[in-house]
Amino acid sequence: MRTPIPASAVEDLKPPVSSAGPLGWLRANLFKGPFNSLLTLFILFCLYKMAPPLIRWAFIDSYWFSDADVCRAGDGACWSVVSQNLRFILFGFYPYLLQWRPAMAVLILIGLFFYSRDTGRWNRRLGVVWAAGLVVMGILMHGGVLGLAEVETDQWGGISLTLLLALFGLTAAYPLGVLLALGRRSRLPAIKTVCVIYIELIRGVPLISMLFMASVMFPLFLPEGVTINKILRAQAAIILFTAAYIAEVVRGGLQAIPRGQYEAAESLGLNYSQKMRLIILPQALKIVIPPTVSILISAFKDTSLVVIIGLFDLLKTTQVTLSNPAWIRFSAEAYLFIAVLYFLGCFSMSNFSRHLEKELKA
Amino acid sequence: MKLTRTAIIVLLAAIFMMLPLIAGAGETLDAVKGRGHLIVGVHSSLFGFGMPDEKGVWRGLDVDTGRAVATAVFGSPDKIKFITLTTQTRFTALQSKEIDVLCRNATRTLTRETELGLTFVATNYYDGQGFMVPKKLGVKQAKELDGATICVLPGTTTEQNVSDYFRTYKISMKPVVIEQATELNKAFFAGRCDCLTSDASQLASVRAVAPNPDDYVILPEIISKEPLSPAVRHGDDQWRDIVDFAVLAMIAAEDLGINSKNLDEMLKSNDPNIKRFLGVTPGNGKALGLDEKWAYNIVKYVGNYGEVFERNVGKNTSLKLPRGLNAQWKDGGLMYSPPFK
Repeated sequence: MRTPIPASAVEDLKPPVSSAGPLGWLRANLFKGPFNSLLTLFILFCLYKMAPPLIRWAFIDSYWFSDADVCRAGDGACWSVVSQNLRFILFGFYPYLLQWRPAMAVLILIGLFFYSRDTGRWNRRLGVVWAAGLVVMGILMHGGVLGLAEVETDQWGGISLTLLLALFGLTAAYPLGVLLALGRRSRLPAIKTVCVIYIELIRGVPLISMLFMASVMFPLFLPEGVTINKILRAQAAIILFTAAYIAEVVRGGLQAIPRGQYEAAESLGLNYSQKMRLIILPQALKIVIPPTVSILISAFKDTSLVVIIGLFDLLKTTQVTLSNPAWIRFSAEAYLFIAVLYFLGCFSMSNFSRHLEKELKA
Repeated sequence: MKLTRTAIIVLLAAIFMMLPLIAGAGETLDAVKGRGHLIVGVHSSLFGFGMPDEKGVWRGLDVDTGRAVATAVFGSPDKIKFITLTTQTRFTALQSKEIDVLCRNATRTLTRETELGLTFVATNYYDGQGFMVPKKLGVKQAKELDGATICVLPGTTTEQNVSDYFRTYKISMKPVVIEQATELNKAFFAGRCDCLTSDASQLASVRAVAPNPDDYVILPEIISKEPLSPAVRHGDDQWRDIVDFAVLAMIAAEDLGINSKNLDEMLKSNDPNIKRFLGVTPGNGKALGLDEKWAYNIVKYVGNYGEVFERNVGKNTSLKLPRGLNAQWKDGGLMYSPPFK
């Protein structure tokens, strides 16, 4: 017979101080073994050496709203290069007094993205909201109705142009890419050949050469007096290019769907379009969300290549600002600023895709 | 068989569409007037020559040259659109009729004039390649640069000119090639090379923004000729004349002592040259197919060459360029206009 241990004898022993609490965390994660300790000390030393000068440069000694001469005299960061040229960087050649219009359009676009974040709102109403939003944006940007002065597309620039190229480029490229993927898996040889040739041709050339073709070669083949809007040409090149990449990603998704799903759909008596629309594509597209978003993100960044055909996107307006001798020395600050803008765009895209994956339980 | 025939038809159609380009037919002036504005190809970011300011308004010597052409045609400098072109796209844009006139610091050369089918008109800026060195190097002329490291932009005639020059004088040098102009300048100021070479106008602007401009000198040698001129397509001589004389009108106005301020007094002048120039005595306008007031309007809305020069690249700008070769012929420069009669 065992006598029970009296409760008083049991003492609640806390773990030793060295293995719990912040101290324990430090030991377990930063100073475990001599190599880790050394590494931690080294990184701390680097931070000590680098962080204070960086903070001093970026915040303490910096200038935010001064003119260029004041900046040149000091030695901190000159954020004035952004604040003094902000409206040109953001809106390019859009008439100075009318720049509230592209600003509104950009805000509406951001609002629309936030509105559509919730998958519970994905129904017919969303389509209507987007259509209305795009019409309002179009009216704001182009004008010519409702007493708004007309602003032609060659005056569009800056962030509104970047977002426009990205938005229409990505939304038009996605369905086109899906169609191409389906076409490539088609049993009809003609359709299959056309899709394969298209995809391989486009993937075989860099986007820059497509843009050059669109802006330099293409006009030479047009009849006398016919010109096609430069933005439209660049937009078409971006759409065609991105679609080829999306097609291959979607094809990967289609191949991942087990044969049984196709057969099951057929045995239910569904025809081709019903089979694809109701059974195959919803599963396939869900699988390929991560690589699709990768392509969309890189396409968003690739819109900056329109610089080389003389369109003034966000990157170009910044470069132009920097070629003014007064501001030429402050390129780091200006490029940091647009890096932040690009990061915000790309990060919210990948954030949205993670959110979407969770909702759809992909 | 059927396929071959289709192929031939397609080919013929393509050639047919290209024909107008080869022949260069079509009256550019009528096209411009019909459209209601002039389309000028400019540089996107060359301070002093072609670049938008912080409000998006185009500024520069080349830009004002374009405005002078628009003023000659329409009597207003605002009926104009600017298209920005890169070094690669500038000549094709002219050939494909995307633009009416190219004002984008293009050097007039024999092959561009012949093989590319362009016609360059009166030069609006005489440039040339030079060298800039730190003062403490103690170099007085380019020939003393033996063994120097030289910062240069790749892919332009600049790179070729500098190696030609050093080969001619049998002195050695090491090129440091950097793609971006801003990075190139930073490398020079950081002391990564002994010498920076570029067009003289560029060197002046780089020097102007140096941490301490007085530490640097631009050497007296100019090793290449760069007559920067507006260009039009081959084959439309009337249009060529208009663009040519729009540039010359600015030069002639300065020569005749007419500027945008004394313009209306000059209308009362008894000098027959001035009377003809301003259209008081008619004839010039009709000969060009323009309004008789065309030259008057250019001086009124754009200014004479001296005014345009000072406004964009002169003493009060950050470029601080001296007139040099771009002074009037009377002052030892090359700006020389034929008589307006």
